[in-house]
Amino acid sequence: MEGDLAHIGAGLAAIGSGAAAIGVGNVAGNYLAGALRNPSAAASQTATLFIGIAFAEALGIFSFLVALLLMFAV
Amino acid sequence: MASEAHGAETGGLVFHPMDQFIVKPLFGGDEIAWYTITNVTLWMAVAVLAVIAMMVLGTSRRAMIPSRSQSVGELAYGFIYKMVEDVAGKDGLKFFPYIMTLFMFIVFANFLGLIPMSFTTTSHFAVTVVLALLVFLTVTIVGFVKNGIGFLGLFWVSSAPLPLRPILAVIELISYFVRPVSHSIRLAGNVMAGHAVIKVFAGFAAIAVVSPVSVVAITAMYGLEVLVAFIQAYVFTILTCVYLKDALHPSH
Amino acid sequence: MATETHEAAEHAAEAMNGAHEAAASAPGMPQLDFTNWGNQIFWLLVTLVVIYFVLSRIALPRIAAVLAERQGTITNDIAKAEELKAKAVEAEEAYNKALAEARAEAQRIAAETKAEMQAELDAAVAKADAQIGEKLAESEKAIAEIRAGAVDSIKDVAKDTAAEIVAALGSDADAKTVEAAVAARMEG
Repeated sequence: MEGDLAHIGAGLAAIGSGAAAIGVGNVAGNYLAGALRNPSAAASQTATLFIGIAFAEALGIFSFLVALLLMFAV
Repeated sequence: MASEAHGAETGGLVFHPMDQFIVKPLFGGDEIAWYTITNVTLWMAVAVLAVIAMMVLGTSRRAMIPSRSQSVGELAYGFIYKMVEDVAGKDGLKFFPYIMTLFMFIVFANFLGLIPMSFTTTSHFAVTVVLALLVFLTVTIVGFVKNGIGFLGLFWVSSAPLPLRPILAVIELISYFVRPVSHSIRLAGNVMAGHAVIKVFAGFAAIAVVSPVSVVAITAMYGLEVLVAFIQAYVFTILTCVYLKDALHPSH
Repeated sequence: MATETHEAAEHAAEAMNGAHEAAASAPGMPQLDFTNWGNQIFWLLVTLVVIYFVLSRIALPRIAAVLAERQGTITNDIAKAEELKAKAVEAEEAYNKALAEARAEAQRIAAETKAEMQAELDAAVAKADAQIGEKLAESEKAIAEIRAGAVDSIKDVAKDTAAEIVAALGSDADAKTVEAAVAARMEG
């Protein structure tokens, strides 16, 4: 029984990956919009872009991890 | 239903996405003591050899006009040097060899893990947690040695209104201690996720109808993984630099 | 159904752990099998220390030296190029100066030659003029002589003719009268 619930929970946790995808898309899209408005400042902000993407993605990875834990460790 | 997805003996799909991460002793035996030579040892040794090949053998001629291998080494050097200088500042350059070590190890471990049948050392929390804790300890110690008790100013946001500051201090403190957690899980999670997803797609290839799609998907995921392998190493390194900057210049 | 699934899940976990029977109770994720953490951490630390020493003792100083040397060479080369450029500018200036000098010299020589030639020419012309004048004077003198001679001859002839004519006419005419008359006619 718990196995069933755990699998459902894993599926629910996987929604977090989609949410992280929205976050990463937001970061990259806004970067692109800003870069097109002011291309000369774009190069100096690539590091910030990657840090932002990393932070947004980390939360998606957490949800993935929760899913994995529910799948294999519960 | 579920048995179809799992049972190897039932003749259905075979999914073992996590089997690739199992630590095995190389020379027989089942016990894994701290000194046992395992596949972890093997692939870390390969990473060391790769680093030596690139940074030592590649540059051994010290040519004024660099050969291809030498310019790769110089490129890596310049890339990390500039990152440390830009993000952590001039006084962060003392830690350049340390940060370079982290970057070279992670990038080579990630890329070597992409070789089929290989073992990805950075997909293990044991490895990334140690890496992140080393950074965390270094940053904390450096912060206190450099700034004394003033390092705690990092948590006292002086630009915020006074009533908010204690609450912010608690939040900052929590976020400071969550750093090594996210730092390590981000790296291991990304690498593990990509490899597991590739394995899942590979499992689907057992169905003849789906297999072409599966092969295309594996190829696409592999391309993404190549990108992720570098970006995660880059992100790990640049976050180290950011944390180091916090330790060297804690004022907001 | 539920029990069946549960059994299947257990079965799967068993299969997952089949590879390492030693950790029979280990979870499905090898990452969470804490029995091998010590091993990984040990080898990771060994790896990091080795990479650190290789990089900080050999690779990084070497690359830094190569980069510094290259930077130095580039700076030197640029300085050298600047020097050469300055030299080239200098040489061009010298060349231009020499050219201007040569041109002036050539002009001077041309003018001198011209003046010399003019002087020679003038001298020759003057000489020729003098000769011509001399010749002219001689000729004029000769002509005058001839003319004078001719007038005298005419006088003689006229005198003689007049005397003859007068004689032929039958009158006697003394020489003096005839002479006077001829002279008067010749004057008139």
